[in-house]
Amino acid sequence: MILARAPQPLVQLDGIVKRFGAFTANDGVALTVNAGEIHALLGENGAGKSTLVKILFGLLQPDAGSILWQGKPVRIPHPEAARALGIAMVFQHFSLFENLSVLENLALGLPGRKADAALSRDAAVLARRYGLALDPAASVWSLSAGERQRIEIIRALLQQPKLLVLDEPTSVLTPQEAEGLFTTLEQLAADGASVLFISHKLDEVRRLCSAATILRGGKLVAHADPRRETSRSLAALMVGSDVTEVRRETRAQGKETVTVLEISSLGAPSPDVHGVALRDVSLKVAAGEIIAIAGVAGGGQTELFAALSGEANRVSTGTIRLLGRNITQASITARRDAGAAFVPEERLGQATLPRATLSDNLVLSLPRVDSASRLGWLDRKGLRERLSAVVSAFDVRGSGADPEARRLSGGNLQKYVIGREILRQPKLLVVNQPTWGVDAAATQNIRLALMQLAEAGAAVVVISQDLDEVFAIADRIAVMRAGRLTEARPTAAVTREDVGLLMTEGVVETHGGQRDAA
Amino acid sequence: MRLDLLPRDDVSRLREWLTPVVAFGVALIIGGVIVWLMGRSPVRAFQVYVTEPLSQGWAVQEILLKATPLMLIGIGLAFCYRADRWNIGAEGQFVIGGLCGGGVAVLTHGSGAWWVLPLMLMAGIAGGMLWAAIPASLRNRLGVSEILTSLMLVYMAQLLLDYMVRGPWRDPKAFNFPQSVMFDPAATLPPLLAGGRVHWGLVFALVAALAAWIVLNRTLLGFGIRALGEAPRSARFGGFNERRITLVVFLMSGGLAGLAGVAEVAGQIGQLQPSISPGYGFTAIIVAFLGRLSAPGIVLASLVMAMILIGAENAQIALKLPLDLARVFQGVLLFCLLGGEALTRHRVVLGRG
Repeated sequence: MILARAPQPLVQLDGIVKRFGAFTANDGVALTVNAGEIHALLGENGAGKSTLVKILFGLLQPDAGSILWQGKPVRIPHPEAARALGIAMVFQHFSLFENLSVLENLALGLPGRKADAALSRDAAVLARRYGLALDPAASVWSLSAGERQRIEIIRALLQQPKLLVLDEPTSVLTPQEAEGLFTTLEQLAADGASVLFISHKLDEVRRLCSAATILRGGKLVAHADPRRETSRSLAALMVGSDVTEVRRETRAQGKETVTVLEISSLGAPSPDVHGVALRDVSLKVAAGEIIAIAGVAGGGQTELFAALSGEANRVSTGTIRLLGRNITQASITARRDAGAAFVPEERLGQATLPRATLSDNLVLSLPRVDSASRLGWLDRKGLRERLSAVVSAFDVRGSGADPEARRLSGGNLQKYVIGREILRQPKLLVVNQPTWGVDAAATQNIRLALMQLAEAGAAVVVISQDLDEVFAIADRIAVMRAGRLTEARPTAAVTREDVGLLMTEGVVETHGGQRDAA
Repeated sequence: MRLDLLPRDDVSRLREWLTPVVAFGVALIIGGVIVWLMGRSPVRAFQVYVTEPLSQGWAVQEILLKATPLMLIGIGLAFCYRADRWNIGAEGQFVIGGLCGGGVAVLTHGSGAWWVLPLMLMAGIAGGMLWAAIPASLRNRLGVSEILTSLMLVYMAQLLLDYMVRGPWRDPKAFNFPQSVMFDPAATLPPLLAGGRVHWGLVFALVAALAAWIVLNRTLLGFGIRALGEAPRSARFGGFNERRITLVVFLMSGGLAGLAGVAEVAGQIGQLQPSISPGYGFTAIIVAFLGRLSAPGIVLASLVMAMILIGAENAQIALKLPLDLARVFQGVLLFCLLGGEALTRHRVVLGRG
């Protein structure tokens, strides 16, 4: 046993250069992760973090530069080689087989393991230890984003990695779950394993990480010790200028308000055995108001979004009214025509067609009465003009004038998806997880845009698992759990603890035995 | 040891278009080896299969004639396959189209009216649409796999045609041969050039190809078809009705196959027989993929495939090679195409374990 405290470098990347055509994604980047260290990789969208991590995991080959693993030069030609070294990765975009069970997905990612009782046992041990609740028999297609991520994390941990790379791991976790994950990661680090932690939540980075590498525009900006920095100083390093955090002003009261969205006693059966049935959901949203719906993944948010958007209509009881008009049974197109706009949870494959260009993808959310699709014809010129409006208004960065949706980074794609809806000037916007996996600057831009939309008189419903976000932008907060929605209460009148309690226990404002009757 | 297929991040357009060309080349080499193993000269076979059909006037005409149904059916199938709907039963829709259109000719035999031919074409299209609507509706309403139902309906269509030409529609003067009366001139598709064999069906096919290109690339419907095939959730998010698109692509596919069927009996055969297709409906599946499900590609692919079919007939005479060899070659070609497609989108990595 070596007891020396001198840090032992586990992996050293040096002078890494990666070009895509004329675009240089990594320009002489260096990264050193020591054994037993939790290292943060920070940077805006497009800063080159994903490229660097893909090189480390063998998914991309660098054009120049060297990689040392435990002091020896290595080549990592493919992910198999990375795994053989002891690198495990949890991606931001999940790579799961929708039609297989959780257990089968675990086995598929682990060469030599079968979906048997032994694997189930090992997974259950990890799941219990790290507070990552999972039903091994559940089919992946029925799981929410948060639950899917748990599979990826457990799969990575099952490989007992020397280096665990996590890309935006906490974005779909509750504060409690995230805290549990941090404990896990700290345990891993104490055991001598290293963690490379990619996050935009600077508080988390400061709480968890003992070293940070900061990238901007494909170049290395700084190595820093996050514990000695403030969130503000870290953010300034990332974006190259000071970031102003967006906060919702207390809204002026007493204005005459119009109810835009009115949900009364909405009920819908569960879409499948693992889903959640909506029960007696009621909510009123006025013009100019932002309502946040908080809650842990799998609380019925996905089902509520589906009921509001009408993309998969299962509503059995109750009504949804948009500006007084009953739209309970209306199609998503009819709802758009009536002035509603929707931003779903999945950016690729739901909000956009991965292989279609951004201008073509505008068609997905355009109501049929809009000019771009007169008489069923695609007006490509009109679409391109519209796209350039979205791109310039929301600072969407990608290669080329009209790239395919899958070519954009998560944050840029989300800015595009939200910008596409806001430029339609909707009367109602329903957004599911607006800033999941989006960097600090883009997050602020998106939140600002949502607030401006509300200022302009639209009603905005934000479904979010990010409590910071909920408290930053909402006028009123409701909590979704087990298919029920609590009463929306003014942000000033609730604390984070109140909301956290509602999210986890669902005890509504009562004392003693007076729980709400099911 | 194990082979892994890892998805490629970037596939250039050139590479995508080269794939079918390379696949065709590989299939030619494999075919050559088979011919060589059968004791014939592969070079001579190449001449018979490829060079001769392209260098002789009559053979070029035969190629266009055979390419016509392949083009029409392949164009229709592209709609289905783009929407991720697996219509395997174009052969049946072709037969029903021929049966319905031919039925009009049989029932109006002797009238010679101007409306007979248009009515035949419409009946053929309607018949093919009806036959294709069955698997589409079964899928939409009951969730039955359209692969199975569309394929099973092929055999029903063939038996129905067989029954009609042996029974109700048999020509009483045909010495008990199972065939209908020869169609009137008014019930026959005229040749494009006087004295030639290529008929108006080719024009229909080219018009269909142009229309398909426009629909798939320039209309909302085409975008919906693409969305449904690529990411069904985004199709739902975009407000496209999944069932309606399923029905529409089947109707288009069936209608075009039906048109091909009636054009075949009215342009080429001139009567109904127990068999009116040497498997055009199945061959067109290969054509659709060889043409990368794009209209211009399918036009080209149908010509290539027709050339192989003509070559196979020549090879029977010139090299005494069995006609089945052409089918083997078709199979090899499809295999190479799908394999090439997989290798274009993925790279092979040797793995352990």
